[in-house]
Amino acid sequence: MTPILSVDKLSITFTRYSRGLSREEMPSVRELSLTVEPGQVAAVVGESGAGKSLLAHGILHLLPRNAAMSGNILYDGMPLTADRARVLRGREIALIPQGVTYLDPMMRVGEQIRRGRGDEASRARCRAVLSRYGLAAEVEGRYPFELSGGMARRVLIACAVMDNPRLIIADEPTPGLDARSAARILSHFRELAEQGAGVLFITHDLELACTVAHKIVVFRSGQTVEEAASSAFQTGEGLTHPYSRALWRALPKNDFL
Amino acid sequence: MKHRLQFTAKKLVRMALLLLGVSLTAFLLMDASPLDPLQTNIGQAALGSMSPEQIARLEDYWGVNAPAAERYLGWLGDALRGDFGVSLLYRRPVPEVIGQRLSNSFWLLLTAWVLSGGLGLGLGLLAGAFRGRGPDKMIRGCCLVVSSTPAFWLALLLLMVFSVWLKVLPVGLSVPAGAAADSVTLAQRLRHALLPGLTLSVAGAAGIALHTREKVVDVLDSDYVLFARARGEGHILRRHVLRNVALPAITLQFASISEIIGGSVLVEKVFSYPGLGQAAVSAGLGGDMPLLMGITVATAFLVFGGNLAADLLYGIVDPRIRRGAAAG
Ligand SMILES: Nc1ncnc2c1ncn2[C@@H]1O[C@H](COP(=O)(O)OP(=O)(O)OP(=O)(O)O)[C@@H](O)[C@H]1O
Ligand SMILES: [Mg+2]
Repeated sequence: MTPILSVDKLSITFTRYSRGLSREEMPSVRELSLTVEPGQVAAVVGESGAGKSLLAHGILHLLPRNAAMSGNILYDGMPLTADRARVLRGREIALIPQGVTYLDPMMRVGEQIRRGRGDEASRARCRAVLSRYGLAAEVEGRYPFELSGGMARRVLIACAVMDNPRLIIADEPTPGLDARSAARILSHFRELAEQGAGVLFITHDLELACTVAHKIVVFRSGQTVEEAASSAFQTGEGLTHPYSRALWRALPKNDFL
Repeated sequence: MKHRLQFTAKKLVRMALLLLGVSLTAFLLMDASPLDPLQTNIGQAALGSMSPEQIARLEDYWGVNAPAAERYLGWLGDALRGDFGVSLLYRRPVPEVIGQRLSNSFWLLLTAWVLSGGLGLGLGLLAGAFRGRGPDKMIRGCCLVVSSTPAFWLALLLLMVFSVWLKVLPVGLSVPAGAAADSVTLAQRLRHALLPGLTLSVAGAAGIALHTREKVVDVLDSDYVLFARARGEGHILRRHVLRNVALPAITLQFASISEIIGGSVLVEKVFSYPGLGQAAVSAGLGGDMPLLMGITVATAFLVFGGNLAADLLYGIVDPRIRRGAAAG
């Protein structure tokens, strides 16, 4: 089966002009490769500042203006160019962004979820996705500042599943949620995958990744250090890189080692 | 409700302090002015031919010999009772002079205010939307040049082009010279207000455009615009940028009242436009203390009213204030 997403040797570099107008190139993601199959939840695990959000934005061609990207991204077997990404964004590829700042502070939640569409079908769909994540219909009329952190996160997830995406890129979707809500959202990712979507699940939490993902990519300072089935992280066998072995040893259940 | 009352009370106290401070500053500046009101208003030659008694009476009229503190407190006491005195130059009650001058200036100020706001906002949005590209560079370049040009110099330039070379617009005044008051048409008034209004508008628009552009760029770089793009939204400018630029735009628009009034002083002087600004200049140079104080207080009041209006509009536009107040 062709992977829904395949990233090959992706590099993202920031150009900064420092003192004396000298240009400085800052590589933030270096030659990163990964694939996501349809029906698969692939987790990307990395510490803070590893470049996880950049990877997510880079795939969508939404990097800051001072960033340059190189490498190959294939979506559904064909190169994902900037033009193609513009067409697919919000239709086939959905992003679940990292924080509340991704909601427009001046716009009501319902209008943001529906992207301004007011037809009856969109309204019904909006109510359905809200209730799926345990949010009352009344939340539609609220502004982002009237949401708790966990509610805002669920709103962001609701935005992503408004239309049935084939690829979901979730950038740390669960911090701030209680264990039950987090579990419900993760099981929903599994459900979407079972229906044929690919999920790229970005997190800093290896334990969480083990519970939901089929495959785990360990990512450090912008580079892939290990790509392994999540079962490898259950037993610790087959992990080759010292960093991923250290991560594995740090899992609570391996405390005694 | 308690919150609103407290807010209003605080505003009123601040306004009282502000008016006190502004009137005192104006008075002290005027007191420190090296111009002798007798010499400027009556003239060296006329003074030379007068008897000492006549001069003493004139000195009394212009308040030259009374101590400064006494004059200020006297003015303040009268003003608090609602008596703003009689203009020394025009020999009519100060509120009457201000009222007449303001009615001349009113349309000029209003047009300049509305035009500069609209033009500035439009250009700022355009530049921000095209940031880094041609239209942005052009708009920013023009605005930088205009905003570093003094308003009176701009006025002289426009005067030269439109009145001296092209001869399409009048050189000055608010009505044709020598025309009877009731024979002046609206079209004539507009023609006379056009150049001063244009000068003020252009000067004001440049600053507003530059500020708006920065705000637009900030919004375009924000996380929520990135997310809107990630969701394939169209009309980002209308849906997200306008909404989020609205608050700073309101602030800029109402803060510009003071700049428009300040600018009008010099611009009216250049165009000999008999408005409030020109009266302020005459009062300042001629030592007409009651009139200058009256104008100072009146304009401070206008500026303060503008700020208050901005605060009230904020409460309507910003959901954080609107909904916060509704809940509390
Ligand atoms: N606009 C930018 N300009 C310069 N450097 C940037 C910019 N955005 C990100 N970076 C750098 O790129 C690196 C990766 O950032 P990124 O946001 O992808 O981290 P992350 O892995 O998502 O971290 P976190 O878990 O904290 O969200 C960081 O070191 C950061 O300093
Ligand atoms: Mg991140």
